[in-house]
Amino acid sequence: MTRLKLVALQIAVGLALVALWHVGSTVPIFGRTLLPPFFFSTPADVAMRVAQMVAAGKIWPHIGITLLETALSFAIGAIGGIAFGFGFALLPTAAAVFEPYIKMANSLPRVVLAPIFMLWLGLGIWSKVALGVSLVFFIVFFNVYRGIQEVSPVILANARLMGLNEFQLFRHVYWPSALSWMFSSLHTSVGFALVGAVVGEYLGASAGLGYLIHEAEGVFDTTGVFAGMAVLAFFVLAIDFVVTALERRMLHWQPGREDART
Amino acid sequence: MAAVLPFRPAVARETTAVALNEVSIEFRARGRPPFKALAPTTLTVADNAFVAIVGPTGSGKSTILNAVAGLIKSASGSIQIFGQPLDGINREAGYLFQQDAVMPWKTALDNVALSLQVAGVDREDALGEARTWLTKVGLGRFLDRFPHELSGGQRKRVGLAQVLIRHPKILLMDEPFGPLDAQTRQIMGNLLLDLWAADRKAVLFVTHDLEEAIALSDRVLILSAGPEARLIGDHRIDLARPRDAADIRTDPRFHEIHRAIWSQLKAEVAKTYGAGEG
Repeated sequence: MTRLKLVALQIAVGLALVALWHVGSTVPIFGRTLLPPFFFSTPADVAMRVAQMVAAGKIWPHIGITLLETALSFAIGAIGGIAFGFGFALLPTAAAVFEPYIKMANSLPRVVLAPIFMLWLGLGIWSKVALGVSLVFFIVFFNVYRGIQEVSPVILANARLMGLNEFQLFRHVYWPSALSWMFSSLHTSVGFALVGAVVGEYLGASAGLGYLIHEAEGVFDTTGVFAGMAVLAFFVLAIDFVVTALERRMLHWQPGREDART
Repeated sequence: MAAVLPFRPAVARETTAVALNEVSIEFRARGRPPFKALAPTTLTVADNAFVAIVGPTGSGKSTILNAVAGLIKSASGSIQIFGQPLDGINREAGYLFQQDAVMPWKTALDNVALSLQVAGVDREDALGEARTWLTKVGLGRFLDRFPHELSGGQRKRVGLAQVLIRHPKILLMDEPFGPLDAQTRQIMGNLLLDLWAADRKAVLFVTHDLEEAIALSDRVLILSAGPEARLIGDHRIDLARPRDAADIRTDPRFHEIHRAIWSQLKAEVAKTYGAGEG
């Protein structure tokens, strides 16, 4: 399938879904509207609302806040995950001692932590960042830890025979391997950073996309909720685009990548 | 009156590159009796000799190389490298592994240059030297490729350049051409002979391919079937050098040698299969 054909099909699916939604919410069938606008709004209204929000400039500060929270969650979570991943890989005893606690902390549904973070850090951005960090940290941690353990013993033996000392092994062997594992989970960890931010905003905030959606829900403004979700969806697509570009740049040495040089 | 010259130990002129003295190797795993891979073995490799070790699968051929490289410790006996007892990693040895050992995240050029860079050689000089070596192994056009963009044979060439750029005094090779097809093996064999002829290092070459062993080496050692593998044969290969790894196989003398060694090896190979069935 050519790229053009693929994009055409992707757009066609989107248009078909919107068309179904439009018909269902505006055209009565046998005297009944299948998707009552009170519950489902209509595509035209939602589009209008998004256009209004963008035109009035009201949406940008909210996007900015959510983006800031996402970026901070990812950065802090990733730095922590890398540090602990390397630490535990280099200190197997510590890893064995802490293992049950790490598992316990990771199995905790993070939503229950949100009120605690709000209590500790207030309603500003930091309680959302904390929630995002609690999600991102474990993904990066597990991947970095795994990346170090999965280094091929043959490559390691070869590097030792080539005269690499411990620091050089870290720089030329462990670090690239750990980084490749981390980057291969980049979509997941960035996605979780965003989830942390939006859920945090939803539960209590005064700004951000999650706050916007929650506010609309509070007054049964279905159009507002759908408009917020639409903006969030475009926001996610944009972030995903950036992550994919970054991933290609960082992992171009791996087989099976589209841009692999031939 | 003539001055009394200070006594010079013979060690200074030592020409034995590798000496194993009653070296045995065991692998210990928790909850199981130790696995005795190698029975006490004594062997020496002269400074400029190309020695092949041949034996059935699982006879501990790689184990000997790993011990000489300093990657595993022997359970008993001692290993000497140019007269010095081996302790830890063998700094004089270059090791071409059976599996791919090049770093997948570095280009061919960076892989080959790495050992010089970590030794403190200026980056540009290291890259220049790496370029020279990659050209010598026939990869001059593939400098910027990542390992996954190269074929199996090309990756082996990168590995060879990576080892040779350090000018190791001892070359350890563990079935280096094992996974390659027959034609590529012969080409690689000739490449190896050419590079070796230039500065005749001590080579310890492990293979399960008897013909390859005879074609390349000065001496062929036969290892018995494991566990507790022992050296059971030591054959001199008196074929003239320089050789062509492909043409030599039609030499009548080659066939004589092959017949003599094979009759011994055959029995060992049969034992391995017998043990497997029993």
